Amino acid sequence: MASSGAPARPGGSWVQERILLGMTMREYLVSLWTPFNVVCAAILAVGVPLIVYRFAAGLGATTNLSQTQPWGLWIGFDMMTGIALAAGGFTIGAAVEIFNLEEFHAIERPAILTGFLGYLMAVIGLIADLGKPWNMVGIFSNNGTQSVLFEVAWCVACYTTVLFLEFAVPLFEWLGWERFYRPLKKLLLALTVLSVMFSTMHQSALGSLFIIAPHKLHPLWYSGQIFIFFFISAVIAGISMVIVESTISHQIFSDQLEGHHVDIEKVTFGLAKAGAVVMFAYFFLKLQGVIDNHALGLIGVGFYGKWWLLEMLGFVLLPSLMYAWGARYRHITVVRVAAILGVVGIVLNRLNVSLVAYNYNQPVRYWPSWMEIAVSLMLVVVGVLAFRWIVLRMPVLSPMKEQAGSHGGTP
Amino acid sequence: MKLGRRHFLQIAGATGTAALVALPGRTPAADGIPVAGEDESSVLVDTTKCIGCRGCEAACAEANKLPDPPSDAEAFATRRNTGPDCFTVVLRAEKPDGSPRFVKRQCMHCVEPACASACPVRALDKLETGPVSYDGSKCMGCRYCMVACPFSVPKYQYASALPVVRKCTFCSSRQAQGKPPACTSVCPSGALTYGTRGRLIAEARGRVYGNPDKYTPHIYGEHEAGGTNWLYITDITFEKLGFEVAVNDNSYPRLVRGALGVPPVVMTLWPPLLMGLWAFSHRDGKGNGKGNGKGGDHG
Repeated sequence: MASSGAPARPGGSWVQERILLGMTMREYLVSLWTPFNVVCAAILAVGVPLIVYRFAAGLGATTNLSQTQPWGLWIGFDMMTGIALAAGGFTIGAAVEIFNLEEFHAIERPAILTGFLGYLMAVIGLIADLGKPWNMVGIFSNNGTQSVLFEVAWCVACYTTVLFLEFAVPLFEWLGWERFYRPLKKLLLALTVLSVMFSTMHQSALGSLFIIAPHKLHPLWYSGQIFIFFFISAVIAGISMVIVESTISHQIFSDQLEGHHVDIEKVTFGLAKAGAVVMFAYFFLKLQGVIDNHALGLIGVGFYGKWWLLEMLGFVLLPSLMYAWGARYRHITVVRVAAILGVVGIVLNRLNVSLVAYNYNQPVRYWPSWMEIAVSLMLVVVGVLAFRWIVLRMPVLSPMKEQAGSHGGTP
Repeated sequence: MKLGRRHFLQIAGATGTAALVALPGRTPAADGIPVAGEDESSVLVDTTKCIGCRGCEAACAEANKLPDPPSDAEAFATRRNTGPDCFTVVLRAEKPDGSPRFVKRQCMHCVEPACASACPVRALDKLETGPVSYDGSKCMGCRYCMVACPFSVPKYQYASALPVVRKCTFCSSRQAQGKPPACTSVCPSGALTYGTRGRLIAEARGRVYGNPDKYTPHIYGEHEAGGTNWLYITDITFEKLGFEVAVNDNSYPRLVRGALGVPPVVMTLWPPLLMGLWAFSHRDGKGNGKGNGKGGDHG
């Protein structure tokens, strides 16, 4: 997507340098032939036509949605989960720009990029799910101010814009558009303030969506204060996701980091400390929410009671203690496993609220169709590929390398 | 409330707090007890009078250009639900003595509808006259109304490539011409009474309290979901009739009021708070030691 905005340069040296990673077109295409890419290409080959098919044939032909189950995997996973996992952008942004926690600076740009791509994929998933997505413009003109979804829509639109502007700093740096990226860099603090503001509102509002359906959501998950849980768990998702993502990218893209030493372990332990505290608090807040909802007696009872215990003990309390232990005894593997558990826990929570514990009292339960799964998978793959494409080229993981003849020129 | 809540808020916003004080609150109904949506058009369903002829279904299908309803044998074989092409259904329940009790179901047309409050583009809206209206040209198809409705009334055209939400319209265009809804105009047994909500609640109370041996002492819709414009009385339990007995007595839009109060607070408090934290964490030149070529970003 970024390549379309690249200035045309005579001779193709810029393209070769910046797009083809210094290879010729032929070499570059050959280098793409890897097992990972083949799998990704197969998923794209199935998923992209399915989006077209969905708009031609309608939701009924592609999804297992029903009159009792209006929201399925595309909302429950792509939107609810995708947005939560993209919370690293504002969490780390705030840590660096506002709280001046300098040690996290090295992971700020990757976290923002993950956030931006996460939102982009969530919005694409949403467009696939909406019956008539072009009528979305009505959000901005029809004043549906009593709707939680109105708040979510406005915030997602605004925050995706903010994320793009934050991401535009490395993008413009890569393009060599100094005139644009310097002022944007100065705006980073303002953008970070906005990102925290919008994130607070819509991460919590995604939970508030369910407040109006008290009898459709299982009492262990329903709460009048669900917006607080959604916000705090988004912070957990952000922290855990950043640990997972930085672990992976510092292994896969290690050559990117040549001559640019980042003590990733130190950063990870710092994140683990924060994660331990937030998760521990979240566990007891959730418990309080259950008591508040007079549902304490349901814990451990039946499928939902046990399922709730699994989510809260296995994927909140356990990773919280693992974070604390790992950070205390400098055990990096424990922290990384805890981060994976944390990410899975948030995925589980969002799927529980929007799909599993929703309509718990209905005789016929929803299970996504293979096409819904394929489209969701395709969006994840597009996000991963876009992330790789960008970090291999733009100054995200490491500062821009000085490249002779192709740097500093403003178009 | 004479005005819809939405309208009320618009006026309140336009004219300031003074208007809030000046606007009338709940006005007393005919029997002196306050009633929500007193002047809104309403229907009282007396299930003890319904003979199950399903003339209302046929009239509804005709008025809304829907497919013809199924035959009696088909219709009562299973427990039906309304659908994208069927706005009302007459269901059969059984009295303790085994004789049938029929009940007509359709959109309840809440006084404060959850669906309309949930609609972010106001495709669903509450008319001052009572009906919960729907404008398919505004609808983006998010289906949040279906999540919000406590009676699970809105139905979606999943089979269509240009889908819209479908539900009972309360024949709002007929009502606008001064005509009663199609279903009530054909009811031969007097099971459906069309009128204003205040008058019908008084009527329902009169029937229930006047025949305490006959009726179940409950007017379904008087308080359910903060009050609905379709009211039901019966002589068996509403659970047996298949009604949503778990529905809250409070207005559903009010459930999210607390949550919707968060954004103004966040938007006002977060920027100064965060800037304060920034100033605090950057005091004593702490921010000057920045590496990674980031120095000088903000003084």
